[in-house]
Amino acid sequence: MKLITAILKPSKLEDVKNALGEHGVKGMTVSEASGFGRQKGHTEVYRGAEYTVDLIPKVRLEVLADDEEAAAVVEVIVKAASTGTIGDGKIWTTAVDQVVRVRTGERGPEAI
Amino acid sequence: MTDIALNSGDTAWMLASTALVLLMTPGLAFFYGGMVRTKSVLNMMMMSFITIGIVSILWVIYGFELAFGYKGESAWYGNLSFSGLGGMVNDLTNNGGIYPIPVLVFAAFQLMFAIITPALISGAIADRTKFTAWAVFVAIWSTIVYFPVAHWVFAFGNKVGDTVTGTGFLAGKGLEDFAGGTAVHVNAGAAGLALAIILGKRVGWRKESMRPHSLPLVLLGSGLLWFGWFGFNAGSALAANGIAGLAFINTQVATAGALIGWLLVEKIRNGYPTSLGAASGAVAGLVAITPACAFVAPWAAVVIGLFAGIFCALAVGLKYKFGFDDSLDVVGVHLIGGIWGSLSIGLFGTHVVNSVGLDGLFYGGGSALLGKQALGVGMVALYSFLVTLVLGFIIEKTIGFRVSRDAEVEGVDLSEHAETAYEMSSSSRGGSF
Repeated sequence: MKLITAILKPSKLEDVKNALGEHGVKGMTVSEASGFGRQKGHTEVYRGAEYTVDLIPKVRLEVLADDEEAAAVVEVIVKAASTGTIGDGKIWTTAVDQVVRVRTGERGPEAI
Repeated sequence: MTDIALNSGDTAWMLASTALVLLMTPGLAFFYGGMVRTKSVLNMMMMSFITIGIVSILWVIYGFELAFGYKGESAWYGNLSFSGLGGMVNDLTNNGGIYPIPVLVFAAFQLMFAIITPALISGAIADRTKFTAWAVFVAIWSTIVYFPVAHWVFAFGNKVGDTVTGTGFLAGKGLEDFAGGTAVHVNAGAAGLALAIILGKRVGWRKESMRPHSLPLVLLGSGLLWFGWFGFNAGSALAANGIAGLAFINTQVATAGALIGWLLVEKIRNGYPTSLGAASGAVAGLVAITPACAFVAPWAAVVIGLFAGIFCALAVGLKYKFGFDDSLDVVGVHLIGGIWGSLSIGLFGTHVVNSVGLDGLFYGGGSALLGKQALGVGMVALYSFLVTLVLGFIIEKTIGFRVSRDAEVEGVDLSEHAETAYEMSSSSRGGSF
């Protein structure tokens, strides 16, 4: 099993969510995040004083998938999230030892 | 005491004006509160609210008498008696002439000025002030700075028959300050500079971001200030008459001019007209027109406002040049705006709009009025700055004026009030009684 973590532009969340739903993904976790990559930050001006804001708001989306499904899920996210401009985000996958559904006690791929 | 009968129209307007001016102080609390970080918004707003409490009580005990009492017949302060205001319930207002409004209405109106003036200072020392020290400061500063300075500027003496006695020092010299450009704004601005120097810079100043945490609150505050300011300026006519109308329209158009002036500077210099700039420009215009509103024509008010916006937008950068942390620009807006507005009467003043006003430089009156205005500005600024510097120093060395570094970093809301302003998440903190 894999945990797919995607850092995305907040404006692309809706597209990614819909695309994953159509692909058959049953669940996900979304949280607000902030950070920077190559995009770096932006400048804000308050009464003439300029502040460099280098942590940019992003969303962090996490999806669990079977080993054989993971690559396809990543592709779906890439396709839906891409705008071709700097700051589109990043996706990575990590191996997962165990998954448990709290309600039923199911374990492993059945719990995804 | 007099043959003049009470006028219900004038009295009704003064009652309404008084309530309008009170609203400015909560408005100021929002204006300032939105500009600080989430960890100190409550402390910022409380500095205004405690001022309402303290000054109102002092005013009844001795403040009104010290500012406007005339039995002492001094140019420097009024009457040094602890009156409680009980003996004048049936009197009319007597300040250089008899006004057909109860003196207690005049006392309530002037109280609101006495409240907002020290509250204005609090913007210079955001994020780092010990609350009890601020309360002590407000009580003493009002007593030794505001009450006497209000007497200098606003006390036109006791008129009995043909004689007037007990005129304030600057009023007697012919200073024209209709609603408090010197007594309120230059006074608060100079005191703010002194306190910013005494308390020193905030931890992380010019290194970490100190962005305003809520610009909508700032805009709300500036709107309440604008609304209340009609009472401040038009109410200063002490009557519902043509002078009140002149002050009213001038207040509106000067503020509009300053809003535009500030945004023009931002658009040209930074590329973006900001909401903070609009709110700040409006307040700068209100400050500048305060002394001038009953002495200039409306077209001149627009010019005064426009330049107020431009001057103040440029002046808020001075603190970075000189290295003092006047956190919310009390100097840049109130001192600079107050100086400009007070001096502008010496340029644009005309007897055509107000028979008691003198002609300024642009109306063929020469520089005489400008000189009087400069004297008023200089005396108030110097007195306020020096006394505040000494008072602030004494408070810092005795009870301490500034919170500890840890408390400041954690936030003065928590360390001084055991509260935090916002609960943003339903699950972030947990906890129990």
